Amino acid sequence: MSGSAVLDPTLPSGPPGRERPRRRASVSSDATLECMGSIVAALALVFVVFSISGQLALSNAFGIAICWFGAFALVYGVVSRTRHGIERAKDRLATVFIWTGSLIAMLPLIFIIGWLLFKGLSVVLAGFPHFLLSDSSKAGPSDPVSKAGVGAAIVGSLEQVGIATLVAAPLSILTATYLNESKSALSRVVRLVVDAMTGTPEIIAGLFVYLLWVQPRHTNGQSGVAASMALGIMMLPFVTRGAQEVLKTVPGSLREAGLALGAPQWRLTLRVVLPTAKVALLTVTILGVARAVGETAAVYFTAGGSATQKFNWNPFHGIQLDLPLYVVQFAKVSSPTEVREAWGGALVLVFMVLLLFTVTRVISKGNRGKRRRHLVLPAWRRGAAAKSGQ
Amino acid sequence: MASTPAVASSDLDLDVPRTLRPGSTRADRIFRVVLGACGTTVLLILGSIVAYLINYSRPAFHRAGFHLFTSAHWAPPVYYGVLGALVGSMVIALLALAIALPVSLSLGLMINEYAPEWLRRILIALVDLLATVPSVVYGFWGLEALTVYVNGPAKFLDHHFSFIPIFRTPEANTYGYSIFVCGLIVGVMIIPIVTSISREVMVRAPREACEGALALGGTRWGMITDVVLPYSRNGIIGASLLGLGRAIGETFAVYLILSTTNTLTPALLGPNGLGSVSYLITNNFTSSASIVKSALTEAGLLLFATTLVVNLIARGIVDRAGGSTA
Repeated sequence: MSGSAVLDPTLPSGPPGRERPRRRASVSSDATLECMGSIVAALALVFVVFSISGQLALSNAFGIAICWFGAFALVYGVVSRTRHGIERAKDRLATVFIWTGSLIAMLPLIFIIGWLLFKGLSVVLAGFPHFLLSDSSKAGPSDPVSKAGVGAAIVGSLEQVGIATLVAAPLSILTATYLNESKSALSRVVRLVVDAMTGTPEIIAGLFVYLLWVQPRHTNGQSGVAASMALGIMMLPFVTRGAQEVLKTVPGSLREAGLALGAPQWRLTLRVVLPTAKVALLTVTILGVARAVGETAAVYFTAGGSATQKFNWNPFHGIQLDLPLYVVQFAKVSSPTEVREAWGGALVLVFMVLLLFTVTRVISKGNRGKRRRHLVLPAWRRGAAAKSGQ
Repeated sequence: MASTPAVASSDLDLDVPRTLRPGSTRADRIFRVVLGACGTTVLLILGSIVAYLINYSRPAFHRAGFHLFTSAHWAPPVYYGVLGALVGSMVIALLALAIALPVSLSLGLMINEYAPEWLRRILIALVDLLATVPSVVYGFWGLEALTVYVNGPAKFLDHHFSFIPIFRTPEANTYGYSIFVCGLIVGVMIIPIVTSISREVMVRAPREACEGALALGGTRWGMITDVVLPYSRNGIIGASLLGLGRAIGETFAVYLILSTTNTLTPALLGPNGLGSVSYLITNNFTSSASIVKSALTEAGLLLFATTLVVNLIARGIVDRAGGSTA
């Protein structure tokens, strides 16, 4: 590199006497030493202060940790400032704060996962696979966990989310296609409403279905299909919005090529645009399903299931349990075994979400290498092209 | 196709413009009608939610008027003031954002600028996964763990900083089950989504400008403050608003933890203070008389309107900043 000669501080590059070596912002072995030294110095400082002043309000583990961190930041900042100047000191402190902030952000999240495994796994594994296959109708509050089960809740979750997906997913994808193809005033209104509705609180969907469907039917109202409606309402804007973003990424050249070959709009859409985006659309749909599985407030008024009810395979009649309801109902009870069972249910719920999430990762990764496959003209198209060329 | 050149040359000879038939075939028109019908269906479904809820909340509005939103006296057969719950919902959301935003930005910056490649890939997947963990699991953890752990710090704040009204507790010496814990757990809940969106926006800061800043001898922090953050300011605001929208409507993380009397008080550290709209609805709806249901629906409608406005603004901002909000 010839350019490096200009930047090399050892070479004379300006009027003599005004040159000074450029400081490079790299980590030296000094930096590690200063950092370690500051940690030790801060600990010593905290120790001295706490032992001189005796019992302080902050002298518990949490308080000491915070004081230690504060003292460390102070010492490290001063050391860096005196040895390397203000810019380097700011940079180093920022690095410290960013790593600490990240740790604080990740810690509760990892803690939750750990807690979930710790509390839930023993319940799920007690007499495996009994917990997954049976209901809790015969388990009283003081019975051991091995008598309980979330089978009824799993059936309910699958049926409710399944029905919601069957209705909402095609409707969402067609609507997204509509928003992508049409530039009319109506489509602008639809786009605005979908955008606004993406963040609808779950409770609103539950409230709406309760007032519209459940309440007029009195005791017959709460059922799996009512829950599906609420879940469908939650999925519609989410999947539509996602599908819209996916369809936007279909290359315009592909579309133009189809139009130039004389393809009508419907063929272009069904045979070129949607197949190109097929995998991404599937991913969006599965993410929608993964969210719907965990929706609690939407099913709270509508499914009406009781955690100790028997299997209800019919989503169209009678109250039906699902996993979020199971967790919510057992989370606040006084029986410790039932609270443990709720953790078991929560673990199964998170496992289902994880499974769906992994599927999206696998299919979108598997697709990356084969993205060009859809560009090949399908057989019917070759025939049509030959015919229209006559 | 073989005959095409001949046709073309004869066209040229005659110098007659080739007749084009723009317009669409019948199949195309049917296709467009079907698509339009789907769009209209979605519009009708979502629009009817608003219309139906407005219609249902009319009796309560006739009876109490705006008094519903200006009084904090909630004693159902007589008084319908939901101000305590409304303020509570907002406080929880703002508290959650105040907690989530700094750590989410650190995490986003750490993933983008500091983490080695292997850690970056793991963290991106982990954050995306955590964004899909159901809120009821967060709430359950908050109920079991956070209400206990937060006791010490809450007591410290109450004893030493009680000259500031928010660091008091409505009931002496009881902590946990409070607005503060709700804000904390909802904050934890929105960390993944705020991180994920703001990270995506920040990664779009022009790389040449970043490298330029470094090449001029700037530090990494200098590059972040002078290039990355100014460039992605709007995106970060949008991400925060999206997180806020989620936090306002959050139901079960709050429902599991909060213990409330829906009173209007600045004290946040203990039970039986401010409420939350979603909590109020969840707890009272199915067992109430129809006029109470109507009042609760009206409160829900206000919650809905707030999230709609917040979300629309947020989406507008994030879309312009080039992030994805799906």
